[in-house]
Amino acid sequence: MGRTLIQKLWDSHTVADLGDNASLLYVDRVFLHERTGSVSLKGLEAAGRKVRNPEQVFCTMDHIVDTLPGRGDDTIMPSGKAFITTTRDAAKAAGITLFDIGDNRQGIVHVVSAEQGITLPGFTQVCPDSHTCTLGALGALAWGIGSTEGEHALATKTLAVNKPKSMRVNFDGKLAFGVTAKDMILNLIGAYTASGGVGHAIEFTGAAIRALPQENRFTVCNMAVEFAAFTGVIPADDTTFEYVHGRPYAPTGEAWDKALSYWRTLTADDDAVYNKDITIDCADIVPTVTWGTSPGHTTRIDGVVPQPSEAPDANARTSWERALEYMDVKPGQPLEGLPIDAAFIGSCTNSRLSDLRDVANVVKGHQVANGVKAIIVPGSSQVKLAAEAEGLDKILTAAGFEWRESGCSMCFYAGGESFGERERVISSTNRNFENRQGPKTRTHLASPTSVAASAIAGKIADVRKLG
Amino acid sequence: MQKFTTLSSVAAPLMRVNIDTDAIIPSREMKGVTKEGLSVGMFANWRYTDVDARVENPEFVLNRPPFRDAEILLSGENFGCGSSREHAVWALKEWGIRCVVAPSFGTIFFGNCVRNGILPVVLPEAVVKTFADIAERGQSDDKLTVDLPKQQVTGFEGDVHDFEISPADKEMLVEGLDPIGLTLKRDAEILAFQQQDQTERPWVYL
Repeated sequence: MGRTLIQKLWDSHTVADLGDNASLLYVDRVFLHERTGSVSLKGLEAAGRKVRNPEQVFCTMDHIVDTLPGRGDDTIMPSGKAFITTTRDAAKAAGITLFDIGDNRQGIVHVVSAEQGITLPGFTQVCPDSHTCTLGALGALAWGIGSTEGEHALATKTLAVNKPKSMRVNFDGKLAFGVTAKDMILNLIGAYTASGGVGHAIEFTGAAIRALPQENRFTVCNMAVEFAAFTGVIPADDTTFEYVHGRPYAPTGEAWDKALSYWRTLTADDDAVYNKDITIDCADIVPTVTWGTSPGHTTRIDGVVPQPSEAPDANARTSWERALEYMDVKPGQPLEGLPIDAAFIGSCTNSRLSDLRDVANVVKGHQVANGVKAIIVPGSSQVKLAAEAEGLDKILTAAGFEWRESGCSMCFYAGGESFGERERVISSTNRNFENRQGPKTRTHLASPTSVAASAIAGKIADVRKLG
Repeated sequence: MQKFTTLSSVAAPLMRVNIDTDAIIPSREMKGVTKEGLSVGMFANWRYTDVDARVENPEFVLNRPPFRDAEILLSGENFGCGSSREHAVWALKEWGIRCVVAPSFGTIFFGNCVRNGILPVVLPEAVVKTFADIAERGQSDDKLTVDLPKQQVTGFEGDVHDFEISPADKEMLVEGLDPIGLTLKRDAEILAFQQQDQTERPWVYL
């Protein structure tokens, strides 16, 4: 029987078979950030252990660092400075590469990791951050871990892992005008719920996946964790290789040629069998937005908030009822036209240069509606510099967006700046959990272009109607 | 790590689906670069009517007797989904939770539990719901018994339910093992892998 891509990645990294479906896997790269990575480094130090291969470990400042212009070690978040200085000191002591505040390689860990060529096809990579699965879009096996597992990976270059089941999600057909990678993944989670991928590693395949530019593929894999999957992977192809070529940490010359011929072997065999197979016809997808407090609470932009009586089971019904109350929406109410207080573009899901270009295209010549706070936070300092070189910042600020330094920013509420109580925010991020973007803040997830169109309209809007 | 063998305790029903780690420990409650002092922020947005003043919400299950002493938590599917923050597990552990019973768990959260001496038990939803319905009565002598070596939970009415757990996770919990110490004993194997790998994938080695 043929092997799946995940199986090939698994086999090529198995240091030891631990029996009972568990393996000791070799970890090619560990990436840390100041919020949870600092705990890993401190824990290791406290146990008197060393980082086994510090040259293969990287760290960035993204979660807690402010994104306001002129930022430094001081943060709006009380005690935030301690995370930053502890991480810096621990990274230095361990001899690992740090993308510090002021370094133009700094940014959101998963954006930076791809951008610098730190994650490459066929790699295994871990980070104490759930969205590490983003990097699966490079044909890598990348998954989020806790801080204790972080210590394990740092000390041993390995992790003991139970092998997940396999799932293939086949995105068939072609995306219509105004429909994006974000709408694809929101549709999958909406159709199969936020726990639909539990226990599985997913291979995303199909014509619509192959047609996606590399940057948009990250968006699909980013939200595999919102589907409760172990991780998501897209087989690397020419689109990937073009993206990777010339990145600072990518191989060059003969090493590149050798790597490329190896990477081309990393696809599923034709006769590979999966534990579960799902097919989604992309022709059926329209711009999608969440109405509730789980990424699975989605609806078509031209759809309505569902009736709890239509919920598939009693649990879903209770969860829907609670979400309706929290979000202050009513069953049968159209999502389109719902007034918003704020619009946020950023996060490891949608903050890359292509996202900012798409947003600039939508907002050019328009103005953010009166009373709407619109914020745009580039995913990395490199993204910010590239956007400024193209003049995107001018277009965005002229339209009324705040233009920030790079970082995770208000994707979550770290206790610093946040959106206000009961404010309604449309957001390019990945989580619409209760209180995620601020106390009692109501978050609607959508694609960057939907967020942009809504910012201009002052209400949740259908980007297709802007032309 | 604290060993886990058997446990008999009051079980607190928190029967919602998709309880995420932001709910278990909100971001702003992670105030320091340590694993301690987190329990006061556990479930802060649900547990307090005024989070800053720490005014308890008397309706929240863990604020009610006998659930204040619960070492077992009952929950809906996908418990611990969302952020990888291990602080969620450290908060639960510090508060006194030793076992969570749910139909499914967030993958990273599950692993974090095992590495901190908390037993995550997967049981069918109907079973967890039955437990929760009885637990709701709030009788302090209503106790669930969890036996990890036998992989069984004994319900309030003497009903016995088997559960699955991987042998490695079970061993780690029962023995209170230090997984890093165990893996470090395989250093020769790791080195041999690296030497072989370096010829096949030289671009990995910076």
